[in-house]
Amino acid sequence: MKDAQDIIPDQAVGTVVIVGGGHAAGELATGLREQGWGGQIVVVGDEAHLPYQRPPLSKAFLDGKVAIEGLLLKPLATYEKAHVEFIRGVRVDVIDREARAVHLSDGRSLSYTKLAIATGGRVRALPGEDAERAVAAPNFHYLRTVDDALRIRESLIAGARLVVVGGGYVGLEVAATAVAHGLQVTVVEAAPRLLARVTSPEMSAFFEETHRRAGVDVRTGTLVRGFEFDGERISAVLCGDGASIPADFVVVGVGLLPNVELAAAAGLEVDNGIIVDELCRTSDPDIVALGDCCNHPNPVVGRRIRLESVPNAVEQARTAAATLCGRERPYHMVPWFWSDQYGIKLKSVGLCEGYDRVVVRGVIGAPAFSVFYMNGEYVVAADIVNRPPELLIAKRLVGERPVVDPATLADESVPLIKLLPAAKSG
Amino acid sequence: MPIVKFIDLEGAEHTVEAEIGQSVMQVGIANLVPDLVSECGGNCACASCHALVDEGWLDRLEPPQQLEADMLTCVQDYRSNSRLTCQIKMRPELDGLIVRVVNNGY
Repeated sequence: MKDAQDIIPDQAVGTVVIVGGGHAAGELATGLREQGWGGQIVVVGDEAHLPYQRPPLSKAFLDGKVAIEGLLLKPLATYEKAHVEFIRGVRVDVIDREARAVHLSDGRSLSYTKLAIATGGRVRALPGEDAERAVAAPNFHYLRTVDDALRIRESLIAGARLVVVGGGYVGLEVAATAVAHGLQVTVVEAAPRLLARVTSPEMSAFFEETHRRAGVDVRTGTLVRGFEFDGERISAVLCGDGASIPADFVVVGVGLLPNVELAAAAGLEVDNGIIVDELCRTSDPDIVALGDCCNHPNPVVGRRIRLESVPNAVEQARTAAATLCGRERPYHMVPWFWSDQYGIKLKSVGLCEGYDRVVVRGVIGAPAFSVFYMNGEYVVAADIVNRPPELLIAKRLVGERPVVDPATLADESVPLIKLLPAAKSG
Repeated sequence: MPIVKFIDLEGAEHTVEAEIGQSVMQVGIANLVPDLVSECGGNCACASCHALVDEGWLDRLEPPQQLEADMLTCVQDYRSNSRLTCQIKMRPELDGLIVRVVNNGY
């Protein structure tokens, strides 16, 4: 096998066009070359930057600890070595499957032999009558891109009043970072508890307590009814309970919508994401989809799901690269996610649903502990706080489904690895 | 620049140049070594960059710090020469280092 860097793209092999320039796209572009694609590889992304890591945008990058160069997945030299071409700051407007071509927002068209859709997602817009005016305000921010994060960073001034709308991972990470910079922070969440969509009531209570202790004013079960303005700027957030919360700036994180419109317009099957099989193939054999935008059959969870996570993007890129190179490498990943808030490093494994028992190793609220969610004799999900090695075992408990005794699981004198079948515990 | 030889899952060798200060994980990814991945971005948080270091080189590496050592006890297919490649920084003395990529399961 030749080293990937020795390959000169062969026109006769054809071209893979990758639509989207995020994490999944960046991984796929080089992954294709690593797995032996001999033709051209072109990435079309609407952002000006090379593919970068988004998770730090609400954490270390927002905090000013990481520069833009430090966010990049890979340096430009790596893509050059792989002969990956980038078309940046340009959108794909149309996929013409009959002509096997994509039409770009700058008027150009590109022919493809194989197409990969990695369009990711966009922030869910805040509903409400004032929303349009609020979004136009200079002190209103969503957080999805590095440019968004740079704007928010400029507002992180000690003493400033920040209202975060949305008590999900992104909102809470922004709140934690802002508190560390000495801001007065209020988090407004419509659901009765924080992180309601992704974790248990027990963990929601833990995070609420953590944020309150840090000085955040947490208001759950509270709808945003509108805004007060001072000229163009937002001056306060109006809540459904009649409260008016003064704000120097507002950050809204109320979820992500998959970018599926391009695929749907091209006639590909779409249902909460672009429908793909375990090889990342869409309903068109020459088109794969991967990352936040796609809906895949997950053998671990046992149903179709759409995931918004870096590990998922990385693994689907490997699967999609193999598929496009004519090999089969079925996707079978245990979903996992991470979040950093204050000194808490949370790792979540599996989907926190369909459980009938909660098993705690240690004490919730201690500097380090783990919470496991069981359905009958099996672990289906886990939340791990400041115990990174337990992430690795939790993934295997969820993925390999050994029968687990809850009392043993709760017993911290028994190393977690002992719960795995002996032959596989190394 | 020091050289690192990676051996991929199919047994193919990739001999590449490393920059001083890069982690071995970064060296592999920058040089298109197949199946060497990093999910957490190099924070010793996920073990997806787990690989095997040639036995002859083990003594010349700084031993793993506590967190890496704890992670290693939990990786699938742990061996005595297992390391997290994001935690090995390239130094001139590591010229010639040999690293075998492994399949890290989930």
